[in-house]
Amino acid sequence: GGMAAELLLLLLLLAAGPGPGPGRAQRDALREELLLSPLPAGDVAATFQFRTRWDADLQRGEVSHYRLFPKALGRLVAALGVRELHLALTQGFWRTQAWGQPPLQAPAGAELWVWFQPTVTDVDKAWKELSNILSGIFCASLNFIDSTNTVTPTASFKPLGLANGTDHHLLRYAVLPREVVCTENLTPWKKLLPCGSKAGLAVLLKAERLFHSSYHSQAVHIRPVCRDASCLAVSWELRQTLTVVFDTFASGQGKKDWSLFKMFSRTLTDACPLASQSKVYVDISPKNKEKELLEVSPPPTSVHEAVVQGDKRTYAVYDLLSPLLFNTSRSLNVQLKWQRPQDSSELPTPVLHAQRYVSGYGLQTGEISTLIYNTHPYRAFPVLLLETVPWYLRLYVHTLTIITKGKENKPSYIHYQPAQDRRRPHLLEMLIQLPANSITKITIQFERALLKWTEYTPDPNHGFYVGSSVLSALVPSVIAMKDVDEEQSPLFTSLFPSSDGSSYFVRLYTEPLLVNLPTPDFSMPYNVICLTCTVVAVCYGSFYNLLTRTFHVEEPSRGGLAKRLANIIRKFRGVPPL
Amino acid sequence: MVRGTNVYGILRAPRAASTEALVLTAPCTEGPRNNQAVGLLLALAAYFRGQIYWAKDIIFLVNEHDLLGMEAWLEAYHDVNLTEIQSSGPLGRAGAIQAAVSLELSSDVVTSLDVAVEGLNGQLPNLDLVNLFHAFCQKNGLLCTIQGKLPRPDGDSLPAYARSLQTLLLMVLAQASGRPHGDHGLFLRYRIEAVTLRGINSFRQYKYDMTTLGKTLEGMFRKLNNLLERLHQSYFFYLLPSLSRFVSIGLYMPAFGFIILVLILKISFWGAGGPRRGQDPSPPLLPLPKDPHRPHHPLPVISRQESRPGLLALVPPVLICHAAGLALYFLPVLGQRVATQHFPVSEAEAVVLTLIAIYVAGMALPHNTHRWGVTGGSDQGWVTLKLVTLLYLALQLACLALLNFSLGFVLAATMVPAAAAVRPTGPK
Repeated sequence: GGMAAELLLLLLLLAAGPGPGPGRAQRDALREELLLSPLPAGDVAATFQFRTRWDADLQRGEVSHYRLFPKALGRLVAALGVRELHLALTQGFWRTQAWGQPPLQAPAGAELWVWFQPTVTDVDKAWKELSNILSGIFCASLNFIDSTNTVTPTASFKPLGLANGTDHHLLRYAVLPREVVCTENLTPWKKLLPCGSKAGLAVLLKAERLFHSSYHSQAVHIRPVCRDASCLAVSWELRQTLTVVFDTFASGQGKKDWSLFKMFSRTLTDACPLASQSKVYVDISPKNKEKELLEVSPPPTSVHEAVVQGDKRTYAVYDLLSPLLFNTSRSLNVQLKWQRPQDSSELPTPVLHAQRYVSGYGLQTGEISTLIYNTHPYRAFPVLLLETVPWYLRLYVHTLTIITKGKENKPSYIHYQPAQDRRRPHLLEMLIQLPANSITKITIQFERALLKWTEYTPDPNHGFYVGSSVLSALVPSVIAMKDVDEEQSPLFTSLFPSSDGSSYFVRLYTEPLLVNLPTPDFSMPYNVICLTCTVVAVCYGSFYNLLTRTFHVEEPSRGGLAKRLANIIRKFRGVPPL
Repeated sequence: MVRGTNVYGILRAPRAASTEALVLTAPCTEGPRNNQAVGLLLALAAYFRGQIYWAKDIIFLVNEHDLLGMEAWLEAYHDVNLTEIQSSGPLGRAGAIQAAVSLELSSDVVTSLDVAVEGLNGQLPNLDLVNLFHAFCQKNGLLCTIQGKLPRPDGDSLPAYARSLQTLLLMVLAQASGRPHGDHGLFLRYRIEAVTLRGINSFRQYKYDMTTLGKTLEGMFRKLNNLLERLHQSYFFYLLPSLSRFVSIGLYMPAFGFIILVLILKISFWGAGGPRRGQDPSPPLLPLPKDPHRPHHPLPVISRQESRPGLLALVPPVLICHAAGLALYFLPVLGQRVATQHFPVSEAEAVVLTLIAIYVAGMALPHNTHRWGVTGGSDQGWVTLKLVTLLYLALQLACLALLNFSLGFVLAATMVPAAAAVRPTGPK
């Protein structure tokens, strides 16, 4: 009691230190940024990132004054003992082969993975509560997350923030491949932003244009980070990211020139007043060293060069907080024009990409095949593959084969947890070494189970989904990457911590699968009931009659009232009675 | 050795994770049989690209060598090895295929559009797909036919019934042949509903251009795109007397059942008592006490003893028949391999020559094997053989009708009268 209050006061004073006066709450800062990257074939990808950093310790002591950090998420983290939370809602699939390596990828549907604090005793109970609360906050059906689609990966999902000790029993991962993203999910996501959708970059997030795209992914990441270089204290960071890809043909009417107005039907008028940094980055890297490919207008305030994902890239920067920007016009409409048409030699081949499909036919067996491509010309690197398969596809692990260049490839680490019917899915994690310039094929056979007739969904002939598999790898990069200072560099370079300068972390997802299970004829229970009841009724009735019917002679009746009256009249007349 | 190339492109649906796909295919053969379909396919691809409403990926496929190319593509897509076709090349995929349409056009104006439904081994697509085609043809005012026959005139007149019967019999013959009548027939094994649409240009007044045809196909694809589940609501087993009427399995199976009933009755009639009146002198069951001059009267005990070795004597004819069947199944393939290695004949000629050789050997069969047969002994023997044969025939026809109804029906209609009525005559 008393000790806690003293500690709290001490912390408050320490945090308030250089601030403008005592009693001020902990410092928090908002940075917002928009990255526009033109993709091959004329499409354009827009990635929004909003980062709120709060120098408070949500776990220890009570914090009651929420300013930029949303209260709903802050109280969630404190109450349930969450150390890291990552929630992504995606519709569409990032075509790595055509679009290049994604800055952040998420699987189709809803994905939630959470690291809990070591102080949490019942992780499953906390997980269930968390998914239900998040389902309410984001209006998504995350309450369907239960033990049949939750797994505990051992190697694929390491904490992205500060961590001391990683007991993987504190980690939970679930994916719902059937979820869709619509305006009901976008609105609560926008409400968590400090400026809402009224000022700053978030004014561009209008649902009508955002959903007229080829790929839409919105995510929330909460993690603890070091407060400064000495890392004596902990700050909490909330990142909200939204990635959307606009298609030339569908939304661009076939022309490849883009502008903010064409993409979002809005332009930027000012920065969010609560933001300490608000920038727009446009990727203008020349694909081959000769000439610029793109022309941007109006002229940018500065140009930034960085090594991102193994490539040297040039970005045109528009700083919305600089007074020069809104000198000439009141709104900023960044326009991208292609100076010359692209030729196919400039299409980048991503170093790592993957494909997954179901082989075989029929409703009894099948085979899940995953193809992983390593297109690096001379470097080999290992990749961690995580597959979560629902229990009704019974995997036969003795049929697991991994073949590279015609020869068998033994993984150096395998973790397999078999499924339990109606309780737990299959979990298969493997560390596979990919030789340079090779294609690796991983196949595993399965058998389709027949569910109980009450377990089928109302549309069983649509099929059942298998969630995307996760590939995590440290891809070697050609160009050495310097260690970046988090505060100075753009947000899109600092989500994944880089261990050394020679490789960068990539997390890829494969396509979800749709498999048909054998479905019974659902009219049969009704038919059987009708037939049985009819047979029972007819047979029972007949048998009962046969056994219990007796015959007896019936006396002739004396006649009714009318006959007696007629007899009385006849007696009067003297005529013989009836 | 046949080599070929298939070319295909995938239109990715926006905001879809490539879980389901539809296929539009145009077989590309030499000659004028199908020289306009690829043009229509490309025009549709260009039009579909700009639309926002696609929820399933669309695969546009042009295959070479008709059925061979189609089978090669399907086997490569589903990663199975059913025939010895080998394919190579990078393979883009789009998830599970829900439905497919195969297009054949030989001219750029058509007078009618014909639909073919029979697939490999008599498999049929879901009736909903045929109904979909019929609905969109009527919506666009396109004349649609089946089996090349115009729709029946309205009313209950004799010409109308005759035309329906003709269309029905054409479909029965087409299904009984087991040959896929279009590239769609190979999709059905993978439970992908598919039909083939053929544009016919005959000597009629009113011709339709590619716009109408394109609108019909676009309508069909939009409907297939909007499906939430695979087609399963309508019948999988049916016969079509015309595009707007169908005969379901519940109606046509009893007809087959009656034919088999003839055999069953024959079996039970003969099995119970044997032939009552026969031209052959069959031995009476009870010894007549008034004939002491025929000491070698077969007593009922003796006749029963004679029928028991008769059962063992049934084995040789059955074995010989099975051997002939196996020979017909395996020898042509073996003969083809051997003959092409040692003799200068082509594969097709080798198969035909082997078959002719087997038939000629089969014609000599009764002369060679009758001495092992049953009829050397009693006259009761052939009755037992006939019983067993009729039972076997009934079982086989029933199984065949379950797999390919038309084939089973055609065989039953021709074999049952002959099998039931035949008796052996001539020297025993």
